[in-house]
Amino acid sequence: MEHIVIIGNGISGVTAARHIRKQSDKKITIISAESEYFFSRTALMYVYMGHMKFEHTQPYENDFWKKNKIDLVTGLVVQLNAKLKTLILDDDTIITFDKLIIATGSKPNKFGWPGQDLKGVTGLYHKDDLENLEEYSKTAKRAVIVGGGLIGIELAEMLRSRNIEVTFLVREKSFWGGVLPFGESQMINRHIAEHHIDLRLETGLLKILSDENGNARAIVTDKNETIDCQIVGLTAGVTPNIDFLKDSGIELGRGVKVNRFLETNIKDIFAIGDCAEQHEAIGLRRSIEAVWYTGRMMGEALAQTICGKPTQYNPGHWFNSAKFLDIEYQTYGWVFAKPLENEAQAYWEYKDGKKSIRVSYDKNTNEFLGINTFGIRMRHEFFDKVLTDKKTVEYVIEHLKKANFDPEFFTSHFDEIKSTLTQQLIEFKSA
Amino acid sequence: MSQLDKNLSLAAHNSNSLNISQKIGLALGFIGLFILLLAFFNVSFPNKRLWLFISITGILSGTILYANTTYLSKPKGISNNGVYHKSISNKGVIAWIIGIVLTSFYVALYWFPKYLGLGENGATNSGIVGFFDPLSLALNGKIASQWFVYGTLYTIAILGLGYKFILKYRHNKYQLVRTISVMFFQLGFAFLIPEILEKLNPEKAYFAKDLKNMWPLNYYFFNDWHLKNLLNGGNLGLFMLLFGISMIFIISPILTYFYGKRWYCSWVCGCGGLAETAGDSFRHLSNSSQKAWKFERWSIHIVLALSFIMTIAVVFTFLNDNPDLSFITKNQFIYGIVGFLVVFTGVLFIFKRNDLDTDAKFTIGTLIAIIISSLMINFFSGNTNILFIDSFKLREWYGFAIGSAFSGVIGVGFYPILGNRVWCRFGCPMAAILGLQQRLFSKFRITTNGGQCISCGNCTTHCEMGIDVRSYAQKGENIVRSSCVGCGICSAVCPRGVLKLENASEKGRINANDILLGNDVNLLDLINQK
Repeated sequence: MEHIVIIGNGISGVTAARHIRKQSDKKITIISAESEYFFSRTALMYVYMGHMKFEHTQPYENDFWKKNKIDLVTGLVVQLNAKLKTLILDDDTIITFDKLIIATGSKPNKFGWPGQDLKGVTGLYHKDDLENLEEYSKTAKRAVIVGGGLIGIELAEMLRSRNIEVTFLVREKSFWGGVLPFGESQMINRHIAEHHIDLRLETGLLKILSDENGNARAIVTDKNETIDCQIVGLTAGVTPNIDFLKDSGIELGRGVKVNRFLETNIKDIFAIGDCAEQHEAIGLRRSIEAVWYTGRMMGEALAQTICGKPTQYNPGHWFNSAKFLDIEYQTYGWVFAKPLENEAQAYWEYKDGKKSIRVSYDKNTNEFLGINTFGIRMRHEFFDKVLTDKKTVEYVIEHLKKANFDPEFFTSHFDEIKSTLTQQLIEFKSA
Repeated sequence: MSQLDKNLSLAAHNSNSLNISQKIGLALGFIGLFILLLAFFNVSFPNKRLWLFISITGILSGTILYANTTYLSKPKGISNNGVYHKSISNKGVIAWIIGIVLTSFYVALYWFPKYLGLGENGATNSGIVGFFDPLSLALNGKIASQWFVYGTLYTIAILGLGYKFILKYRHNKYQLVRTISVMFFQLGFAFLIPEILEKLNPEKAYFAKDLKNMWPLNYYFFNDWHLKNLLNGGNLGLFMLLFGISMIFIISPILTYFYGKRWYCSWVCGCGGLAETAGDSFRHLSNSSQKAWKFERWSIHIVLALSFIMTIAVVFTFLNDNPDLSFITKNQFIYGIVGFLVVFTGVLFIFKRNDLDTDAKFTIGTLIAIIISSLMINFFSGNTNILFIDSFKLREWYGFAIGSAFSGVIGVGFYPILGNRVWCRFGCPMAAILGLQQRLFSKFRITTNGGQCISCGNCTTHCEMGIDVRSYAQKGENIVRSSCVGCGICSAVCPRGVLKLENASEKGRINANDILLGNDVNLLDLINQK
């Protein structure tokens, strides 16, 4: 019986395992150093905030794995021998595989800041990070968060839930300014202030200062301001977690280099999820996609290949979602912060400043390219279809109401949205 | 530094320190409760009317003030912070104290009302029941009973904590409308209208005037004393009889077809009303394991079978004893019921056999058991004996075990330990019937939004019916479950906008894609072909 070994029990590895099991009775082993059972990393914040307990983050009951004959091994892989097809764990256990799936995810970026390894300094990625944060929170009065993206704002929300003051350092001119266009980004800036988070734009970290016991006691910004704090959150993005592969002979870039079949340069070794790097980016996607859904989709695709139906990782239209404090965000297709050459955009914002819609379209053909929606839920299926059918932006605006996914009785803004966006389209044409 | 100073708080962050308005709110509420406690211990108040007014006003205004300060000071949005850190909502000391007090109250209410001060055998009321005499006299012209006290406190709880719930979910209009609905039905249909009707018909015998309380939840609807009272109750009695029967056989099926069982369970029902308002702080305690689901199937269907058999037995005895009051004989009755159930079950099986999930199979099995039992009742029963058991005893035991112990003592008393829908989920026969219909004949479903689910588990954790919502959402499947009461909290707490309660076409209602949206079409086809 072929033995499939998966390193990493995150969404990518677990999805691959589940789908391989659905289609075959190969022997499957998942190795993880982080936790015995699969949990949803995205839910760690809710555990800290007291919305859930850790066990609620586990999508499958503990006996699921035994029932489905998926072996779980707890341990850290320290070495991979590609020729012998063996793995060595930190407790010297040797595991032999026929096919290996590397799904080791990411680790938070640290850019060599002085003091970055002090006590009180943490990312928000690992289960251990949560445990450390819990410990630091007992005495902390103020935290400084470095890096203005999705994880940064989540960490800020978490700390605020325990009444810890938060100073939030963001390099860009506006929150998540590299991804969000100006209007949406400004909206989130305002919302951050509403939650009593001290947002510092165009500010970076210079160094972290230590007290006599090796705890962080303050940070110094690149504007030479010293801010006293007991917690420093490093949330400036993530990098593939692949250090253990350095001498394995597997081709590495920033991540594990893979082709569209998610194969590495070595036969029978694959990589999926955050740690995989496409040789060439797919469409407008980044070559490394550290997103929940892409990890899941890679797992689904690779399971097909491993079960004898070679299948490329062929992601459909881009989509994503997040929640910025109380404001929900969904995006379908592509909307760029700085519109591409062929791209034009139209924007509506509700008067309360907490809802907005931005559509992006091709200047020349009027083809609909994507949408950002804040504070209004939209149907994935609708946008998947209009993107596939290459509908015009006019069509999408006309039928936007059909895409609404808000709960019943919610106030509908679609007439206003339609007239505002249509107006902008006309103005753009005549300009 | 100025910006920094402004934000610097002196309060230690982990303490749940209260501000002054919250303290006043707490004081008002607990003074109100304390007055009730004094009344319970038979303190004789000089002016009961005034003190009762002070007490109720204190409780309500305290709740309102506390809720205002707690929720209105923060931006609108999900406010579940610390739910699992607080003693009251995480099965801590406070939760146990509340559970024990509530349970004791229910035990006294059902079985030892004299300890609440009910005057027995013509004696005057004392204690907390006596304390409510002025209000009862004003509303229905009679002195209070323990049920009047209970009804009043129940209504206060739904109104006060309903207000709190509305503020907590004020960003969500579905929650707003739904909560106003349960508050309205409790105050009007369950409390004021019945009391006023009673006052208007002082000479008529009592019957359940709570219009919204349907059989089999209202298990004594077909009991002989109740039927007799209805039949002797003049126009109102006849109206209530006809309305009650049309609720069961016409109104409820139609509404459930269009809106799912939520129209009743989380919009109208009193048990649901209390669960959604007073019980909201405990919804996350509902057990969502597979084991609990298995137990649920057994327990709710056993109660369903018992409620049917008890009712059939009681009507059978009634027809036997009062042939003059009815136009059908007991034989016609039994064969009528059996015929109806056989046709119903047969049609279900023929048209829906491919859609039957385990829950629905259990319900059908239950129906068959009821059919067999009915026939046995007809063949093996004497004049007062049903299947060799005294039918009055059967009813008594049902009333004791299900009507009181299960729905009251465990159902509400254990809110802080087992969650707020224990009765609705494991016991309510009404929920079982509506659930079967919701599963098989309804437009209602919770739609999953493509591939947006991140498996975080908020939906499952906060589902009061213990449904593992995530297990469907992460597969891109719609949620069509018998037990779903449509409270909409899963949709509210979802951080990615994945869930939506909908009434839409029955086509594609129950879908089961193995692969979610997001991958290219070919892969989708490949998987669905297999």
